[in-house]
Amino acid sequence: MAPRAGLLSILTEPLIRQNPVTLQILGICSALAVTTSVATALTMSAALTAVLVMSAALISLIRRHIPDSIRLIVQIVIVASLVIVIDQLLQAYLFEISQRLSVFVSLITTNCLVLGRTESFSRHNPPLRSMVDALGSGIGYSLVLTVIGSIRELFGAGSLLGWQVLPTVDQGGWYTPLNLMLLAPSAFFLLGGLVWAIRTVLPEQSEASEFLSPDEPEDRA
Amino acid sequence: MADLNPVTAWRRLLALPNESRTKTLVMAFLVSALCALLVSGATVILKPIQTANRAAEQQARLEALIAGIPGMSDVLTQEGGALSTVIIDLEKAAVAEDVTPETLATALEDSANWTGLTAAQDLAGLGQRPDFAQVYFLRGGDGAVSVVLLPVSGSGYNGPIDAILALRADMNTIAGLAITGQTETPGLGARVEEPAWLSQFRGKSVADASGTLRFAVAKGLAGSEYEVDGITGATRTSNAMTRIIRFWLGEDGYGPLLAAIKRGEF
Repeated sequence: MAPRAGLLSILTEPLIRQNPVTLQILGICSALAVTTSVATALTMSAALTAVLVMSAALISLIRRHIPDSIRLIVQIVIVASLVIVIDQLLQAYLFEISQRLSVFVSLITTNCLVLGRTESFSRHNPPLRSMVDALGSGIGYSLVLTVIGSIRELFGAGSLLGWQVLPTVDQGGWYTPLNLMLLAPSAFFLLGGLVWAIRTVLPEQSEASEFLSPDEPEDRA
Repeated sequence: MADLNPVTAWRRLLALPNESRTKTLVMAFLVSALCALLVSGATVILKPIQTANRAAEQQARLEALIAGIPGMSDVLTQEGGALSTVIIDLEKAAVAEDVTPETLATALEDSANWTGLTAAQDLAGLGQRPDFAQVYFLRGGDGAVSVVLLPVSGSGYNGPIDAILALRADMNTIAGLAITGQTETPGLGARVEEPAWLSQFRGKSVADASGTLRFAVAKGLAGSEYEVDGITGATRTSNAMTRIIRFWLGEDGYGPLLAAIKRGEF
């Protein structure tokens, strides 16, 4: 880890260069499940970012007094409680969307992204820096979700945020919705394509290949 | 523990090495206590809003159900107004006091809430009748009942027939009938589901001026304002429809309720 990076770079680093989803491949499960429409993707992003920032603040506040032997339990309990609070808030004020997100809000608890940030960053940094870092990671996650959600909703239902962009055949227009886009595999394809695109532009993100291709002669390696 | 001053005790606790057993236990306790407080606080405070949301959702589901029944959506759009769900105590012909739509299923599991029917009473072939029924009122702008939706059921030729009967404000004119479940013979009795047949019910009267139930599915073509055409080749199903509607609109069915609505008690 860099000795003392500035707040701004802590915030912007996870947006693309250190993006938690496309580089670290964390939080994939929820990223795939909730991106059938932009509205659910945005709600999920907001919920995850809120949980991330608050848990970072809380854990960073008590970081000097967390006994090592129970540190994971302490972190998970704090994260889980925040998730329940957020879930209850969604059920109260955004009922319809919370129905569509179903179990995935509660599953933020097990999102590796949250525990990953609290464990690797908040435990060693003061609250402000931890919160900025968490906010950056949250926004990075949100960016990916929004991009995938937009593509899936646009091509799967011809709309964006519920607003009809491409008039579908059902409604008398010309666009035949691509049903595959609303199914889970499309999210894998899109995410894979996105990771590929980012790693083509930023080649330093590519991982060294772990295995030799059988077609390649050994001596060339 | 001679020193009971909480501030110094707290300082001493924080000063303890993180790995000490006391601090581990105290930290675990404090974190869980705070989190428990947070979670229960949020749940309790937000409960009323969530309950209201769920109720609204149930209402929406019901409206979707009724809108999905052919013919019923026309009734609703023609009459306008808001739909409300009411559990009726059929014995008293009044709103049930301690049964709600949520507890209706539980209440009906108790055999004490069913009334046995004698062979003479049992036109619809039910054997016994529940004492509570969930009916829906559609109220016009002035708050008066403009349409009442009554779930009815009875045995048909092959199995039970379930339907929803809609009556207009005079409680005598049929606004529509929708079949919600039947297992009659396909192509014959199953034609009760056909919109063309069901649409004949609209506007028919069920009783004459003296209050005698006259409604019937005719044998052949309908001959009066109380009749609808019979279904060819499905005499038993046709007769079952007559008996079901006569039973449920009669004294042992919704009769007392309809009388109470006519008196303006709802």
